[in-house]
Amino acid sequence: MREEEGLRIQKIENGTVIDHITAGYALDVLRILNIDGKDGHVVSIAMNVRSGKMGKKDIVKIENRELRQQEVDKIALLAPRATINIIRGYSVAQKTRVKLPEVIRDIIRCDNPVCISNAKEPVEPKFYVVGTSPLLLRCHYCGREMGREEVLKQFSG
Amino acid sequence: MPFSLAGRDIISIKDFKREEIDEILRLTDAFEPLADRGSDMLKGKIMATLFFEPSTRTKLSFESAMHRLGGEVIGFAGSMGTSVEKGENLADTVRVVENYADVLVVRHPLEGAARLAAEFASVPVINAGSGAEEHPTQALLDLYTIRRELGRIDGLKVALVGDLRYGRTVHSLAYALSLYDIKLYLVSPEILRMRKEVLAGIRGRVDVVETEDLAGILPELDVVYVTRIQKERFADPAEYEEVKGSYRLTSAMLSRLKPTGIVMHPLPRVDEVDYDVDRIPQARYFKQVRYGLLVRMFLLASVLGAI
Ligand SMILES: [Zn+2]
Repeated sequence: MREEEGLRIQKIENGTVIDHITAGYALDVLRILNIDGKDGHVVSIAMNVRSGKMGKKDIVKIENRELRQQEVDKIALLAPRATINIIRGYSVAQKTRVKLPEVIRDIIRCDNPVCISNAKEPVEPKFYVVGTSPLLLRCHYCGREMGREEVLKQFSG
Repeated sequence: MPFSLAGRDIISIKDFKREEIDEILRLTDAFEPLADRGSDMLKGKIMATLFFEPSTRTKLSFESAMHRLGGEVIGFAGSMGTSVEKGENLADTVRVVENYADVLVVRHPLEGAARLAAEFASVPVINAGSGAEEHPTQALLDLYTIRRELGRIDGLKVALVGDLRYGRTVHSLAYALSLYDIKLYLVSPEILRMRKEVLAGIRGRVDVVETEDLAGILPELDVVYVTRIQKERFADPAEYEEVKGSYRLTSAMLSRLKPTGIVMHPLPRVDEVDYDVDRIPQARYFKQVRYGLLVRMFLLASVLGAI
């Protein structure tokens, strides 16, 4: 990271840095993680910063928070190239790249109100990833296709 | 190896390749004489109909197909008085009923229900309609009707007319037709146009024309497939009355249809096809019913491994 960007985004002692987020999606990632800044911890956001690999990217730094696997999977839905850096004592303790699986189970539900997977049945929702940019998921049961907007709607609130 | 659907579920027309559909249509011909004189091909086999919403015609068609092949029929229709009304879910119902039958025929108001049923059943499941989304045996019988009556499907000009947005049958049929080399006209009022996702699935494979003007294209058509426009779909009753009139088939209007063209309808009709159309030589909707019986006889015999 170059010096001027270093100034823009402060280092954190413990927490998570989510890097290589698709440009413009940083706020959506925070929404997925239900982070609104009200708990008092430092949250830094950089949007549309230059990146060699991606042209432009977003970065999010969250103090005192490590992500659960389910949260990482959710981020993969919207920012398939993101990397997750766990920071402990100002240095990177662990670095992983999110991975969008071919089949997504359980983290989102079908947008179709009359889909059988939304009824009281002993099954979990199941989606096939049909496209990644833009995101397109197809419900295993009813065949309804869902894009980024529909997915995002479920993560907020 | 001869073509067989033994043990297979019939859930969505999208689960079938064009070659498989061609085989189904070809092999269905052999069931014509069996429909007339009966058969004991499925003697000792039991079909259970699980109709969570009523559809008398579809149920009768499956039941007749099973009886004509010498099989037995059990089942229920509607949720009244069944365990479903007491809150039992589809998955449990299927796991109970599969002990009593060799094949399950499922109709359910929710989309994807037949696929879920098939996941829990160890015997073959045939989808007899699930939500607004799929009705694969109707699509197969529609294709069979076209092939029987016109000798081919490739090269034809086919119009789907009426409610293309909510109509259960037209979604499966449009997809099935897109496996063939046809020109597809989608004729509907603006608010009942084919859904984006259904269109996306067929565009690029066949030539699609969306229009509101049925009269204008009528002389070109080989197949006019009419569906019912339901009043409930319109917020404004006046708009419904206006739309209804322009998509209503009369024998006068159909005088411009070529002699080799055919008129189809999934039935029941309300008033979108005039009774006087019944007498024109191109009307085929009652023959469709007969062909539906043959297709369902073939499907039952094939999934049960009898052929
Ligand atoms: Zn669904």
